[in-house]
Amino acid sequence: MNAIFEGIGASVRRKEDLRFLSGRGHYTDDMNRPGQTHCVLKRSDRPHAIITSIDTSAARAAPGVVAVFTHADLDADGVGGVPCGWQIHSKDGSPMVEPGHPVLATGRVRHVGDPVVAVIAETRQQARNAAELLVIDYQDLPAVAHIADAIAPGAALVQEAAAGNTCFDWHIGDKDLVDAAFARATHRVKLDLTNNRLVPNAMEPRAAIGDYDAMSGDYTLITTSQNPHVIRLLMGAFVLHIPEHRLRVLAPDVGGGFGSKIYHYAEEAIVTWAAGKLKRPVKWTADRSEAFMSDAHGRDHASTAEMALDAEGNFLALRVATVANLGAYLSTFAPAVPTYLSATLLAGVYKTPAIYAEVRAIFTNTVPVDAYRGAGRPESTFLLERLLDTIAHDTGIDRIELRRRNFIPTDAFPYQTPVALQYDSGDYVSTLNAALKAADWDGFAARRAEAKARGKLRGIGVSTYVEACGIAPSKLVGALGARAALYEVAQIRVHPTGSVTVFTGTHSHGQGHETTFAQLVASQLGVPFENVDIVHGDTNKIPFGMGTYGSRSLAVGGTAMVKAMDKIIAKGKKIAAHLLEASVDDIEFANGNFTVAGTDRAKSFGEIALTAYVPHNYPIEDIEPGLEETAFYDPANFTFPGGCHVCEVEVDPETGVTTVVNFTAVDDVGRVINPMIVEGQIQGGVAQGIGQALLENAVYDEQGQLVSGSFMDYTMPRADNLPNISVGTETTLCTHNALGVKGCGEVGAIGSPPAVINAVVDALKDYGVRHVNMPATSQKLWQIIQDSSAQPAVANLSSN
Amino acid sequence: MPQVTLTVNGKSHTVEVEGRTLLVELLREKLGLTGTHVGCDTSQCGACTVHLNGTSVKSCTTLALQADGGVVTTIEGLAAADGTLHPMQEAFREHHALQCGFCTPGMVMSAVDLVNSNPQGLSESDIRHGLEGNLCRCTGYHNIVKAVAAAWPVMHGKETVAAE
Repeated sequence: MNAIFEGIGASVRRKEDLRFLSGRGHYTDDMNRPGQTHCVLKRSDRPHAIITSIDTSAARAAPGVVAVFTHADLDADGVGGVPCGWQIHSKDGSPMVEPGHPVLATGRVRHVGDPVVAVIAETRQQARNAAELLVIDYQDLPAVAHIADAIAPGAALVQEAAAGNTCFDWHIGDKDLVDAAFARATHRVKLDLTNNRLVPNAMEPRAAIGDYDAMSGDYTLITTSQNPHVIRLLMGAFVLHIPEHRLRVLAPDVGGGFGSKIYHYAEEAIVTWAAGKLKRPVKWTADRSEAFMSDAHGRDHASTAEMALDAEGNFLALRVATVANLGAYLSTFAPAVPTYLSATLLAGVYKTPAIYAEVRAIFTNTVPVDAYRGAGRPESTFLLERLLDTIAHDTGIDRIELRRRNFIPTDAFPYQTPVALQYDSGDYVSTLNAALKAADWDGFAARRAEAKARGKLRGIGVSTYVEACGIAPSKLVGALGARAALYEVAQIRVHPTGSVTVFTGTHSHGQGHETTFAQLVASQLGVPFENVDIVHGDTNKIPFGMGTYGSRSLAVGGTAMVKAMDKIIAKGKKIAAHLLEASVDDIEFANGNFTVAGTDRAKSFGEIALTAYVPHNYPIEDIEPGLEETAFYDPANFTFPGGCHVCEVEVDPETGVTTVVNFTAVDDVGRVINPMIVEGQIQGGVAQGIGQALLENAVYDEQGQLVSGSFMDYTMPRADNLPNISVGTETTLCTHNALGVKGCGEVGAIGSPPAVINAVVDALKDYGVRHVNMPATSQKLWQIIQDSSAQPAVANLSSN
Repeated sequence: MPQVTLTVNGKSHTVEVEGRTLLVELLREKLGLTGTHVGCDTSQCGACTVHLNGTSVKSCTTLALQADGGVVTTIEGLAAADGTLHPMQEAFREHHALQCGFCTPGMVMSAVDLVNSNPQGLSESDIRHGLEGNLCRCTGYHNIVKAVAAAWPVMHGKETVAAE
């Protein structure tokens, strides 16, 4: 392994910015193909109903209409359902209930937004007009949207095969050990809490264009995806049965994902299939309203958490029971989120010796729920960090002291938790100390008093967290139910004049990979940054890849690049040895030069590249010409970023409005390649976390209608809702990848929500508040304050 | 079908539209200016912001007919003819005020109007309130606010864009 990483650590300005700033990005909806038609989907406006008839005659006769398709047309062509990529087994060993997920609703609709009919016309407006002429008769069925309703005895069944609406009933940890610890504990602290349902709302709505070349039989799908190869695999193999050499999937510039663009969606299959059927390109672009009812949602857990402690406040055992709402169908990664991406993080940064967690996953008449920025880890972090502050509240132990007392010590790594994961590195004391200092924790009392004089309730909150990312060690996740390995791939092509094209299976949709990866490759190969281009998002150019999610792109994809570069350098050394008439073992590579050790005899990287392609003098018997290498990398373990977030709020008791006045994040994301980009990733994640804590909530009414179905109703954080976000880093290196990197995409959204709510609860402590569920809206806090004034020192206002 | 004549980025166009055609549809579909994006259907996100007669408007809630005889500037027309970036574009690049780039054209156009309309100066709070009609899901706005603050003195002739 070559250990030079010069140039790494510089805040290089981004390569991708020029095209985005000048309006020359190429997002899916910006593209049009000759002869293109437009698809509009008629979606269910019912939460749960039997489709009794579909009359398409008026729509078919409408101006510009090319075709109208229902499930019957798909069935006739043998189109399969949308598959799920992860299988969980229940406690009793039985596999999860895995109902079909038809591309177009078949016989029954199960959530508002379920697609029923595809109308394809010459223009989008004509398709919309025609869709209005469809007559669909429904027989309404009772619906369940909320967790409590879905698990109530006698609840309506969303999926006939899922008794009690249960998809699976899973557990992890040692129940007997936990029960024994609870029996001998001095303190037992219990908290019921929910993790609110969110809509990811990447600013670019999803879109897809299908195309078909009748001469070659080749299909092309242009789609807003975080992982084009995964879409090719799932759609080609399971839905449309198109061999992979006949299916090209392009994910061009993509306007944000946050998880919601990982999954294979029905619309991708519809436009691709329809293009083949019609021999014309078919384009679909979601309205924002459509996105609200068709993009996979996030979170939506209800949990009970209990901690057993000894007299000194040492944790003895943790017991957690969670119900997770998976929506009406299983999205691609949905079963993994509340289980292996959440319950396995319940040790957090603490040396809790015994943990037992149960997760019951249920179906409801709502949009499918899947991974959203953090995916399971924000849920476990919120649970733990709220429980920590509640323990402090109930026992009187200082909340910082409680954390310090129970931290996994810095010298204890590698640390095996009781819930499967082994953390390789971390230093939770350092991040805590740095964050407390940066946030001036010790000076808070004065700020609180000053705010009180102004009539404001000021509170401060902290969260200390760890997360698991860099998905994923393939053998391990295979044993845990993943139906595919999670390697990453890099192909590095050195051109004859020494410039470099890097083909990566990861995908950039805001993360700045074109810059960070170019920095990595330029510094490793000693070539100018400008001479390195990164190619992503095209299955015809890139050998393979699993895409971007779970903060994996640098830790897994970047390490694959290092492996490929090691091969390039090894080959370059052989060529250099030949040219320099030296032994390969004597060739050293540094700063872009191959040198005979201890001499000034050297060949530059460019000379070696030229020699590799157009040599007169070449060791042709020993090595092939050319300088291009491919590497697959399978991580040995997850990576474990962690840190400490401190939030300071002021609540206006007159209005209940919470203002975040200071936010400090100190994170350990391992080695940092581009500090500017890392800071931006963390700030963006924190903004989403503050949004979850204070503003955002996907609301279904009792009948299953999505009430918060637009930006008029769903509160997105705006510039005037958020503070400046101070970001610091403390670094311990990942021990099992060549770069020592851990990942930074999700930490902001994972660490921040409990810091915000801990601050809100602290602000309201004089009102006897023990817990507030998210989002802590002004209405909710105003009501708490009103109720409390009437009834001073109410013990627990944790209910919604 | 009615016609509209308008100047877009310095070039005159006469286009047939339906009465219901939106300005953003005219720009994206008729003129191929796809830098102006559509991020919602309720006039909430601001991704479609352009300048009409020197003022920022949401082109998703402006009928093409309303722009008849008007002068429109889109993100494609903001840089100088020689490609030199507008100070706001330069400030966004320098301060990492964009990630996925989707909200960026609208955000930049709004920010330019905000700075132009406030020659007396802009506080951080003014900038945050001034941009509340534009949603960004990536940046948390921190760097956008920095970029706008940095562009103000340049646009008002006080200084050049300062590196960090």
